[in-house]
Amino acid sequence: MTKTTEKKKDVTILFAGDSGDGMQLTGSLFTNTNALYGNDISTFPNFPAEIRAPQGTVAGVSGFKLHFASMDIFTPGDDVEVLVAMNAAALKANLSQLKVGGTVIANTSGFDKKNLRLAKYEDESNPLLDDTLDKFRVIEIDVTKMTKEALVNSGLGSKEIDRCKNMYVLGFLLWMYNRSMDTTRKFIEEKFANKEVIKDANLAVLKAGYYFGDTNETFTSRYEVESAHLPPGEYRSIMGNQATALGAIVATKKAGLDLFYGSYPITPASDILHELARHKNYGVKTFQAEDEIAAVCAAIGASYGGALGVTASSGPGIALKGEAIGLAITLEIPLLIINVQRGGPSTGLPTKTEQSDLMQAMYGRNGEAPLVIVSASNPSDCFEAISEAVRLTVEHMTPVMFLSDGFIANGSEPWSFPKASELPEIKPNYAHSEKSLHDGEYLPYKRNADLVREWAIPGMENLQHRVGGLEKDHETGNVSYDPENHELMVKVREEKVQLIAEDIPLQTIAQGEDSGKVLILGWGSTYGAIRTAVRSLIATGESVSQAHLRYINPFPKNLGDLMEGFEKVIIPEINNGQLVHLINAKYGIGAKSFTKIQGMPFTSKEIQEHIIQAL
Amino acid sequence: MAEATTYTAKDFVSDQDVRWCPGCGDYSILKQMQSTMAEAGIPKKDIVFVSGIGCSSRFPYYMDTYGIHSIHGRATAMASGLKAARPDLSVWIITGDGDALSIGGNHLIHLLRRNFDVNILLFNNEIYGLTKGQYSPTSPKGQVTKSTPMGSLDHPFNPQALALGADASFVARTMDRDPKHMREILAGANAHKGTSLVEIYQNCNVFNDGAFAVFTDKSSKAESTITLSEGQPMVFGAEEDKGIRLNGMNPEVVSLNDFSKEDLWIHDSSDRMKATILSRIFDNDALAGGLPRPFGIFYQEDRACYEDSMQEQLDKAVSVKGEGDLDMLIRGSHTWVVD
Repeated sequence: MTKTTEKKKDVTILFAGDSGDGMQLTGSLFTNTNALYGNDISTFPNFPAEIRAPQGTVAGVSGFKLHFASMDIFTPGDDVEVLVAMNAAALKANLSQLKVGGTVIANTSGFDKKNLRLAKYEDESNPLLDDTLDKFRVIEIDVTKMTKEALVNSGLGSKEIDRCKNMYVLGFLLWMYNRSMDTTRKFIEEKFANKEVIKDANLAVLKAGYYFGDTNETFTSRYEVESAHLPPGEYRSIMGNQATALGAIVATKKAGLDLFYGSYPITPASDILHELARHKNYGVKTFQAEDEIAAVCAAIGASYGGALGVTASSGPGIALKGEAIGLAITLEIPLLIINVQRGGPSTGLPTKTEQSDLMQAMYGRNGEAPLVIVSASNPSDCFEAISEAVRLTVEHMTPVMFLSDGFIANGSEPWSFPKASELPEIKPNYAHSEKSLHDGEYLPYKRNADLVREWAIPGMENLQHRVGGLEKDHETGNVSYDPENHELMVKVREEKVQLIAEDIPLQTIAQGEDSGKVLILGWGSTYGAIRTAVRSLIATGESVSQAHLRYINPFPKNLGDLMEGFEKVIIPEINNGQLVHLINAKYGIGAKSFTKIQGMPFTSKEIQEHIIQAL
Repeated sequence: MAEATTYTAKDFVSDQDVRWCPGCGDYSILKQMQSTMAEAGIPKKDIVFVSGIGCSSRFPYYMDTYGIHSIHGRATAMASGLKAARPDLSVWIITGDGDALSIGGNHLIHLLRRNFDVNILLFNNEIYGLTKGQYSPTSPKGQVTKSTPMGSLDHPFNPQALALGADASFVARTMDRDPKHMREILAGANAHKGTSLVEIYQNCNVFNDGAFAVFTDKSSKAESTITLSEGQPMVFGAEEDKGIRLNGMNPEVVSLNDFSKEDLWIHDSSDRMKATILSRIFDNDALAGGLPRPFGIFYQEDRACYEDSMQEQLDKAVSVKGEGDLDMLIRGSHTWVVD
């Protein structure tokens, strides 16, 4: 029989299963195929904090959300159109995200008595049999059984066979969305190059899933999402943490420095360490320290020695690093601190996203300790944003905090990457063995017009000097308890940071008019949801504009004027309202806060509805 | 490190006034350090002193080299990063019993196991001086201080045993009142490739005066201490008439009237088991049993240094993958073209 193909502008699929079901891999492979077809893409993995939470339970459900489209997209999608549920718990945990009329692809053997009980469906009720799914289209496939049948002669044990079942689902979806199996085949062949039997099994199951769609008469229509009209060029797929690591390496090289990375494993920042550790042939030194404090201190030691010291963590680890960051601020040496934020306080929600460490970045140290803050707004933006963070810390001799979050860190998207030669050079303000001497004496805290002191590195002749955490004389750097000197130094350190406003781009309007009724001002990972919401409202003729901050301390110097052009400024944040305090404290404009604190990003619909109310 | 330079101790004196209390044991250590560095001949520009917080941690200000006076307990971590980034530098960590063994205990043991080629001078005065007289992790149990009016309840750390337990590659003890011995030990630490831990008994004449008097006073020193000499029998006593013999695993004091020197324990700093026994001659009960407190190099071994192993991995990565190319890094392995 003939099968029809229906064209779609965009589709959001959520792959959900037990954390051992391989849903992250399935999602990633499906993503790669669509990327190669030229779709614009945005993904968001969502996994439990436990490595292997009890099998079959709602707590153990791992999800991978993929939004692919034939147009520009900025978020992993609001409502899910297709929910792949490998078991009852996966359905239960995610059904609320499925839009009415959406499709459930259910693995029926994941809905047996045991799975229903573990998912806490009462009285043996089965959502596949009762009216739970009446509003949806349901495709039932016994994936477990079909996988077994496909591998009956493979010689593999039942456990190994079970591990292949994600390939069946992937095969079926590739058929459903009119995609070739080539990319996935290539991946399997490379990954299991040395494991012939496993390789063949995965390939066989992938094919079985694909042909199941092709031959089964129940499925009469396929879908196609045509390639997006992305600007021409060469693209790759990139995750936020990966872009952060690559950006740090490239920018450090652009400064002519070696990168030293001290860190202690913590979710969701660890992938930066993993990525950096792979690139030792770029002179990258990674040091897994004994704790968060040692990690930042080792980075400070490395910077003192003339490398670029970098450390990363998430909120709890940044709290531990606070005292050392204060030291680096008073030493006035380069130090890049990366905070991949997660839900807090305390251990909080380690695998969930939040923007709640902005105040910590701004004020989380003893004494007057101003810290430069740069933030990234989407996965690929991490590359450029961290390059800026490197530039500022190196050229201004003061620590910089780079803020990312779990949403950006683990999300991925296509990236039209730059050429290394097109990226700006970064120029350290080195001291000089002769020219830096004043009447034969070296004054380590003498400053240039930007109030930046020189970087004198051990090994440089004639420049031996001592620095430390005690207050320093404003020129010699010697310990000073002089009251006026302390006041001067506090003011100078603050002014030095504020002067950075002269060295960063002016704030721009991302979309909409330069003035009007409402300005939506955001920072960090809310960018995509705000962009989508504001785009829709502009299309319907509303007076709404968007501005998104990369630089938070100092703010771009035109920010106050820019906000003056609007009757109302609304600041959406994944926290209890933090940027809004900074903005109102500095500019006194009565900006309004809109918050969500559920460990999940905003949907664009939530923002859109809020703006409509405000209008 | 570059070619040797000729210095005198004075060349290492900085322009800063030394601000320790008059009579403090730190003065002697500073002086011996300045002499040792002059003898070592390492260019001043290639030397860094790193300290934490405490009286001893003011030390870097007084050396005319590079220096960082960092934060409490973290000099060891700071020095690890510095040495990883700059294996060519001569790095010295100045710390005290509170800084190294209390707030910085974790970093100390990890530095020792990693074996960066740095030197640690642990000024042990068994008291918190800078905060004016609270007991420290090396204060003997029962010590009455401002924070322990009825006596300390803490069982003290044994720094030598702790260092050996963390697989330190050079462990030694010396004292502020014996400049010659201290210079020998400092020179030994400088010569050792790997982390050197030098514990220095240092008198705090304000808050814990006389803590080590039994070991340092002329009247009791000969009977209560033994100086370890490599390959030499363990002889001590004012008349050099006593020795230590190993009876199985147990050290015991014997009279040289009854035993010959050949019967005595011969010091061998490459023997980890014997070093462990030496480190255990520690508490006052043992002293009551007549065992003298050992001073000298307890243990040393050649073991790969972290920064060298780190560089080897970098070199290997370059030889396997080639020198990193930034465009290849940015591009990654899978790309596609949009026309």
